[in-house]
Amino acid sequence: MSSVADAPAGGRDLCLTGLRKEYPNGFVAVQSLDLEIPRGSFFALLGPSGCGKTTTLRMVAGLETVTAGSITIGDQDITHEKPYRRPVNTVFQNYALFPHLSISENVAFGMRRRGVKDVKGPVADILELTELTEQANKRPAQLSGGQQQRVALARALINRPEVLLLDEPLGALDLKLRRAMQLELKRIQTEVGLTFVHVTHDQEEAMTMADTIAVMNAGVIEQLGSPTELYENPATTFVANFLGQSNLIGGSVVGVEGGADGQVKVDMEGTVVSIPVERAHTANTVGTKGWVGVRPEKVLIAPAGEPIDAPGNHMTGAVIVDSSFIGVSTQYVVRMPWGREMLAFEQNTGARGVLAPGTKVDVSWRPEFAFLLDSSQDIDAGLGEA
Amino acid sequence: MSFVRRNLVLLLGLLVLVYMYIPNVIVALMSFNDSSHARNLYRFQSFTWDNWLHPCRPDGMCAAVGKSVEIGLLATLVATVLGTLAAFALVRHRFHGRGSMNIVLFLPMASPEIVMGSSLLALFVATGFGGRLGFWTILIAHVMFCLSFVVITVRSRLAGLDANLEQAAMDLYATEFQTFWRVTFPLVFPGILGAALLAFSLSFDDFIITNLNAGQTVTFPMFVWGAAQRGVPMQVNVVGTVMFLIAIAVVVSGEVLSRRRAKGLVA
Ligand SMILES: Nc1ncnc2c1ncn2[C@@H]1O[C@H](COP(=O)(O)OP(=O)(O)OP(=O)(O)O)[C@@H](O)[C@H]1O
Ligand SMILES: [Mg+2]
Repeated sequence: MSSVADAPAGGRDLCLTGLRKEYPNGFVAVQSLDLEIPRGSFFALLGPSGCGKTTTLRMVAGLETVTAGSITIGDQDITHEKPYRRPVNTVFQNYALFPHLSISENVAFGMRRRGVKDVKGPVADILELTELTEQANKRPAQLSGGQQQRVALARALINRPEVLLLDEPLGALDLKLRRAMQLELKRIQTEVGLTFVHVTHDQEEAMTMADTIAVMNAGVIEQLGSPTELYENPATTFVANFLGQSNLIGGSVVGVEGGADGQVKVDMEGTVVSIPVERAHTANTVGTKGWVGVRPEKVLIAPAGEPIDAPGNHMTGAVIVDSSFIGVSTQYVVRMPWGREMLAFEQNTGARGVLAPGTKVDVSWRPEFAFLLDSSQDIDAGLGEA
Repeated sequence: MSFVRRNLVLLLGLLVLVYMYIPNVIVALMSFNDSSHARNLYRFQSFTWDNWLHPCRPDGMCAAVGKSVEIGLLATLVATVLGTLAAFALVRHRFHGRGSMNIVLFLPMASPEIVMGSSLLALFVATGFGGRLGFWTILIAHVMFCLSFVVITVRSRLAGLDANLEQAAMDLYATEFQTFWRVTFPLVFPGILGAALLAFSLSFDDFIITNLNAGQTVTFPMFVWGAAQRGVPMQVNVVGTVMFLIAIAVVVSGEVLSRRRAKGLVA
């Protein structure tokens, strides 16, 4: 408990070094994880079901033993510390509210255990913040799912932990409530300024809420960065497919122009396209094979022969095979001359009507929007897992 | 007719209740029966407070009740503590032979009392306690047959307990000790209380096993059995009514307590 009281205001950075978890049955759920989570940040751990997110959180909370590696907060090593001696609190995947205690006693639980005498004020404040004042004397079973979720949050928040761990706290809520709670959580985090580590398998949730996202797959971190970095410049096929959608087309490097901010020229089924060097995640030597990737909304199409507002990678001879009108946008499936299909999303600005299937079109995208991935990676990695 | 159909479940429920409680009502009535001049003891003669004012009048009855209560309380205490510990071990720890534990637990409950009683007697005689049958041998026997019931009652309660709750408590700064007393115990307590009540009533009214291992000691069921040959004294009904009232009081106060706890009035 001293560790809680001694914590400097504003918290410290959470650092996971070479963290590994092997379960007694020999299954390795987390393999050598390295993460640095700056204090006060909203950090999301995103990955498909079973990739080891909960296991990672439970190791940080002290509820699961660590096989190898270390966990530190600031310069305090908490790898083998008891859970009740860590300046960390958890919002559990299934809330785990105490059924025999009232809402206010649930919320006061942590403070009472730390020997705080006067809990009335703080409890009232946190119930106010989470809009639960009316429910104070009820029992958890008498609350709705969204209210229970807020109790779980209040019960952890009231302790002002240096790090708050949230394990898919919104997973059990319906879509509308979920969106509302996302904003709510983000607001509370900004207000209290604590470090939030939020686990989710919902990419949209991670992107709307987090400052930094770590994409996790099969026990390893695939990529780490801000939502825009991950979306605009994915480093692996898994990230490209798991976070939003991507067109991936096979090609091979035919040349490199310029230095660090130069262009990699890739021969893609007979058309040479260029990709900025910082977006090419392959060895940039002539002959290297790779996947050229481009997001569907970056792909522009126009009826054959009409001009397209995109200088650069330009391809002719494509045909629309399917078009679906979504309202704000139209989604086209386009068959390229080499036989593979590409997705193209077009904003409905009103400049042009929906193009019918069978229309011959030209396809183009700005080179700075494309990325190049290692061809040894599975082109379908991360598909259908979100 | 439609009234009957609509309230069929309710009527059936009431019938079952009547069926279950008629014996208790009769016993309560009979406790006010003035039987001093009667030849037929099983018929209500006239009203009197006498039985309630002098419950200990029949020779040896109160001593027998005292013995039964003493044995019942001790056996309940020992069986509840041991059984609860065993239930925790069974649910929380993986060990060799955990699977076969079920059979071991169920066998004493399933075997006929007369078999269990006589084999216990054989055991006591074989180990040289044959001449010292009495209070302690009865106690040992009672603890033995109560144990299975306690383990099974507490175990089912414990198995239904979400392990996440204890982890949540530890996450919220509760030490192992505090976690047990603040979370685990209150949640398992209804099961333990139920097990204790069951153990006490099993012990209090056991006749067969007790009779075989009692030596010169007389418990209440043995007293009633012996008295029945001559005609049961009406004070037996007083004891029966008191026991029934105590049982109701315990159940009701348990219910009230758990409701107050629910409202957070008892921290
Ligand atoms: N106690 C255990 N023993 C053995 N394997 C386990 C144990 N707990 C979890 N696993 C395995 O470890 C892997 C990671 O589990 P974990 O609960 O961390 O997944 P997750 O990323 O949280 O998934 P979800 O999104 O479904 O909650 C899974 O494949 C799971 O089967
Ligand atoms: Mg999980």
